[in-house]
Amino acid sequence: MSAPTSGRGQIARWGLNAYAALGLIYLFVPIAWIVWFSFNQPAGRYNIVWQRFTLDNWTDPFANSDLTGAFVESLKIAAISTSIATVLGSLIAVALSRYSFRGASGLNLFLVLPLTTPEIVLGSSLATLFFDWDVSRGFTTVIIAHVMFQVSFVALTVRARVRGFDWTLELAAQDLGATPMRTFWKITFPLILPGILAAALLSFALSIDDFIITLFNAGSLSTFPLYINGSFRVQFPPQANVLATMVLVASVGLLMVGVVRSSRRNASDR
Amino acid sequence: MSTVGVERGGDPARSSTHRDELVGLVALIAAGVLITAVGMRLLTGPLATLAVAGLLAIVATLIVMAIAGGPQARRRLAPYGLLKPGILWLALFYLAPLFALARESLSTLPSRFAVEAEFDWNTGNYAQAFSDFGPQFTRGFVYAAVATALCIAIGYPLAYVIAFRGGRWRNLLLGLVVVPFFTSYLIRTIAWSSLLADSGPIVGAIDGLRLTSVFEALQIMDNDRLINTPAAVIGGLTYNFLPFMILPIYVSLEKINPALVDAAKDLYSPAPSAFRRIVLPLSLPGVFAGTLLTFIPAAGDFINAEYLGNPNTTMIGNSIQDQFLVQNDRPLAAAMSFVLMAVITVAVFFYTKFLGTEELS
Repeated sequence: MSAPTSGRGQIARWGLNAYAALGLIYLFVPIAWIVWFSFNQPAGRYNIVWQRFTLDNWTDPFANSDLTGAFVESLKIAAISTSIATVLGSLIAVALSRYSFRGASGLNLFLVLPLTTPEIVLGSSLATLFFDWDVSRGFTTVIIAHVMFQVSFVALTVRARVRGFDWTLELAAQDLGATPMRTFWKITFPLILPGILAAALLSFALSIDDFIITLFNAGSLSTFPLYINGSFRVQFPPQANVLATMVLVASVGLLMVGVVRSSRRNASDR
Repeated sequence: MSTVGVERGGDPARSSTHRDELVGLVALIAAGVLITAVGMRLLTGPLATLAVAGLLAIVATLIVMAIAGGPQARRRLAPYGLLKPGILWLALFYLAPLFALARESLSTLPSRFAVEAEFDWNTGNYAQAFSDFGPQFTRGFVYAAVATALCIAIGYPLAYVIAFRGGRWRNLLLGLVVVPFFTSYLIRTIAWSSLLADSGPIVGAIDGLRLTSVFEALQIMDNDRLINTPAAVIGGLTYNFLPFMILPIYVSLEKINPALVDAAKDLYSPAPSAFRRIVLPLSLPGVFAGTLLTFIPAAGDFINAEYLGNPNTTMIGNSIQDQFLVQNDRPLAAAMSFVLMAVITVAVFFYTKFLGTEELS
């Protein structure tokens, strides 16, 4: 603090910290708006101008039956597609990180491709395929679409989490007489489970929130984002904010559990 | 990267490809090609049935080989078996659709009101995409590029502070960066439209501080308005894709051994040059991955332009969406999609050359 250079260093240090804090605040400005406006009593059909505080929207979050129906549809789609994608993606991740085999690098590239293709191309191409097949678009086609973009995401996320694991533990278990099945359930599965759960949570969020790909493949089906977009010309009910806040609180809760658990693990490692 | 595994403890000097491995790889590729061909309807009727039967035969042969071959063969074939379900899903629902879209882009609508196009190698759709939608393409790429640059400017320092100064709060801070990602993209964008509205808090604050003329001079505001300007669209893109920039940068910064920076300081390197010579180069893979994860979705986005822009700020995504779903001119929309992909691919290629990194994930 005494030398002038270190004083300048201090200022630069605090300047950078303040800049980063501003960045974090920026991330939360619309989130604060969403939560705050869930307590608004809108004057008309649009909940975008602040009127007065009310708890009505929270005591009756399912007042708008179309919105609720679309929300439930989104939850169903996310649950089914995440289950399928988590299995398919985790198998790929295990193959990539657990074994060395010919073609692994080409496969890595192939897995990255869906994530680096613009969503509008993914959506329009899949819709074109369904047109070619004369398949009517709806619940099933949306699930197919969601699994398609979730598989790569799960595979790469799980692989990143299990990279560097000591797979010789499996050999140790087998040397000690464990059957392959028992080795898998007692050693391999517990090792990769946290990574799989994290990937599943994130891809569930991706599915619930997906708009562009879903728009192209939903037909007359209405999901939460599709309903909000479709009805925005006539209304924007405060219940949309309530439901969005619920999703936020639920996922932050799960995230917190993960953070607490991983910091405990770090603490016990030391 | 994938040299870890049983080989370390099992058979050490493995130099050549084993026959089982070759069979597994060829079978995986063959199955992928077959399912893509069926998906594209290149094989129809009895041929398609034959292809599906072939697919099942491949899977059955591999299972028999694995059972009969003993633990060594099982170990060599296992990865291909684990990969197969996911890869075949991607072949059928990612690759085949891209080929279907390519065929659509070279097709002709028989009449103005027809929806079903006929494939006849018609390149006119591409000519029309360029001639009619030049401004939309330009805006799409320019807005996405500016938003990506802003994401680096906001995201890099934030990732840096979390990685090097977060201490025990690191995980929590990183969690906070991801939280906005868990609320609806659409509602976040609607939130911005309300925040930027003429009667909203931000315009009010700018008016209160008498800074309107400054913002007009900077071309951020237009006619005392923030909403429905290019700046609003770019701001929305920046906001919505910022976490995709922060996370990869954080991951690459976190990997840096702090001892390297300490060593530079011990050798009397001033902090800025220690950053420039050690931290920055080592974090470039993260910046690279973040740029791709930000620029590519931003270039194809149409939600921000729809909710925050005006008819003169539409991006190429808006046009593709409109042609495909509203105007029902799917061949034109398909051609526009491929032009979008081609430009992105070329941009990524040059960007990769320029930065010289190969690490993607």
